[in-house]
Amino acid sequence: MQVSARDLVKRYPGVVALDRVSIDVRGGEVHAVAGENGAGKSTLMHILAGATVPNEGTLTIDGADVQFRSPRDAQSRGIRMIHQELNLALDMTVAENILLGAEPSRAGVVNRRAMHEKARAVLDRLGEHRLSTRARVGNLSLAARQMTEIAKAVAADASIVIMDEPTAILAQEETDALFRVIEQLRQDGVGIVYVSHRFDDIFRIADRVTVLRDGCLVDTRPLAEITRDELVRLMIGRELAAGYPRPSRAPGDDVLVVDRVSSGPVRDASLVVRAGEIVSVVGLVGAGRTELARAIFGAAPVTGGRMRLAGAPHAPRSPADAIRAGLALLPEDRKRQGLVLIAAIRENVSLTSLPTFAHVGVIDRRREHASVARWTDALSVRTPSLEKEVRQLSGGNQQKVVLARWMLANARVLLFDEPTRGIDVGAKADIYRLMRRLADDGAALLVISSDLPEALGMADRVVVMREGRIVATLDRDEALAERVAALMLGESPMARGA
Amino acid sequence: MSVRERLSWQRAADFVLILATIAEAIVFATIAPGFGSVANLINIALSIAVTGILAVGMTAVILTGGIDLSVGSLVALTGTAAAMAAAAVPRGGAAGIVALVVAIAVGAIAGMLNGSFIAYLRVQPFVATLAMLTIARGAAFILSGGRSIGNLPDSFGVLGRAVPFGIPAPVYVFAAVAMIGAFVLNRTVFGRRVYATGGNPEASWLAGVGTQRVIWLVYALNGLLAGLAGLTLASRLGAGVPNSGLQYELDVIAAVVVGGTSLAGGRGTIVGTIWGTVFIGVLTNGLNLANVDPYVQKIALGVVILIAAIGDRVAGRSTGGPGTGHGS
Repeated sequence: MQVSARDLVKRYPGVVALDRVSIDVRGGEVHAVAGENGAGKSTLMHILAGATVPNEGTLTIDGADVQFRSPRDAQSRGIRMIHQELNLALDMTVAENILLGAEPSRAGVVNRRAMHEKARAVLDRLGEHRLSTRARVGNLSLAARQMTEIAKAVAADASIVIMDEPTAILAQEETDALFRVIEQLRQDGVGIVYVSHRFDDIFRIADRVTVLRDGCLVDTRPLAEITRDELVRLMIGRELAAGYPRPSRAPGDDVLVVDRVSSGPVRDASLVVRAGEIVSVVGLVGAGRTELARAIFGAAPVTGGRMRLAGAPHAPRSPADAIRAGLALLPEDRKRQGLVLIAAIRENVSLTSLPTFAHVGVIDRRREHASVARWTDALSVRTPSLEKEVRQLSGGNQQKVVLARWMLANARVLLFDEPTRGIDVGAKADIYRLMRRLADDGAALLVISSDLPEALGMADRVVVMREGRIVATLDRDEALAERVAALMLGESPMARGA
Repeated sequence: MSVRERLSWQRAADFVLILATIAEAIVFATIAPGFGSVANLINIALSIAVTGILAVGMTAVILTGGIDLSVGSLVALTGTAAAMAAAAVPRGGAAGIVALVVAIAVGAIAGMLNGSFIAYLRVQPFVATLAMLTIARGAAFILSGGRSIGNLPDSFGVLGRAVPFGIPAPVYVFAAVAMIGAFVLNRTVFGRRVYATGGNPEASWLAGVGTQRVIWLVYALNGLLAGLAGLTLASRLGAGVPNSGLQYELDVIAAVVVGGTSLAGGRGTIVGTIWGTVFIGVLTNGLNLANVDPYVQKIALGVVILIAAIGDRVAGRSTGGPGTGHGS
């Protein structure tokens, strides 16, 4: 079987997620899809799996046109997607999950013995002899759950299986087991669409790779004809855009000192941010960047190491503690974590600083309004009134509202998590200018960005994280895109030589 | 002034409710004999006083995205406890004051328990307060041995039976609670934090709001108000009655919802709640006077709640968005 997509276009309000992308997936091949965050990989996969309907373009299976309106349509044509967050019923057994919706039954009564036999046969075919069909899925490891999900696709006679970052949740031995199963599927003539950031995985398992960048198709190449360096270059592509504002002062004293801090996936992370400096933290999704920021902000427990803020020990037990110490976090998901969408601009900006306008707990509204207006004006939030609900604002203006809150709260160390995500190009430049102005005024900025040109363009120094650890700290001059990308992906020059 | 602009949707909703109340009153004045008399209007005010006091606290609870099902049982428990305390005061002692202190203390302690389970142990508000509903009811019966506690000193009856300037004292209590409640929610730091916590608990927590403390305090205050309502009712009845306050929680939630407060949290006002309470009070009273079958009255109330909920939906106020859980 061969699935071909031609000239797929998917537009979302204000953004083209996929722009005339074509791809062929053949039975019996492992076809990797690679690209940075936001390159369009997940949109492409979702279209193939029937979860997203494209605005333009055609899909054919063995030359015949098909249209998928739902995942069910795609499944009925033999295309299955295995999501990163596996779709399993945790309170049911492995067998029940594998044969969900296809249980062997007579007159509506499930034949349990036949069900277990059938599930067993599928697992054995995949070489998974040890996984019991009677185990409750909720008690299984992530690897075993993933195997159950794959068995579910096999039991449904899938011809094309789409896997989204399947090794992201696996340890090394589990990865090896997964690859054996993928190999088995390939020999059985199943086509695999394999989406991954991990170069090791791609070079080990894939036959061909399709590279996407900014929603466009860059190229499709056999792995045998491409080197790692070429692949990095295809993925990053863009030249660093000029025009990021440069500092007008030399960095001052160390303000934020993070010393061998561990928290969640973060292991022994050490970094320093000085007054007047912008430090970018780069890394792949799951490298621990957001978790590090949350630990510094008191929003996640620190399990090891120490921090200092402006010379004093810093061990916040809550965001409120961190805020009192002069920290601010501009979270990655503004709408969910940054703003009370149904509240007014004024209320969102003053939320953190309310006690400063209050006398015995009663708010002086005039002072509140004046203070809020001072900062929304300074940041040029475009709105007819401060009483407008923030959900009615554009992404750029929403980010300015969050920033105004921290200005009003007198934050001196600002943690920006994906500061320009979902913000249009013009407003991005605004945000960059504001960030640099803050630094020039003596604030210390730690910036997490998955947009590599942005992260490198804004930064005075660059910290690279991989799998929870800080693997390099580079000065601006050293932080060349390809070098940083290689570090992010685990392709350090030394490792390459070995 | 810009605040007015923002409140316009709320004002519009209140305006609709006020118009509906007036229309309702006009209809009853024409079809129900005696509806428009001063005595009956005072009667309506008295009949809504206890649920009104409870509705003020419930508004704050629902603004945080929570619910408190225990208030009806707490009315019984606090009323019974207050009556027993008053009965134990020797003749000539300040039985009324003792009753007030006991009712408020018992209510506040129960509220603090609710708050602790919900804010710190993360029990869902529905479940935690459902448990308190049955526990408090059981405690009221055990405490009183299943009997009404009567034969109380005169001072016990002041709060419920005094009629200063021709208006029963419970109406004053309701008015005072409503005014204080509106002030606290609108003008204080705590009130703002209540709205923010309900509107988006996670974002509020990340903005430095102690969301757990806010939630704890809201339930504690709601318990305290339940104590005040329990004493007011017991005082009016002249006895602590362990099976009083049955299903009050439902009447109270109905009043808050009809008043336009979103169960998703973050949206609503005390003014709306007062009008919701008045609207339902007028409806019940008018239907009674018009000799409408009490079972039909129940159906009418259900229809009103549905209309309010649908109106809320249409106005796009309860978006069903964030704020349904409690922030960490």
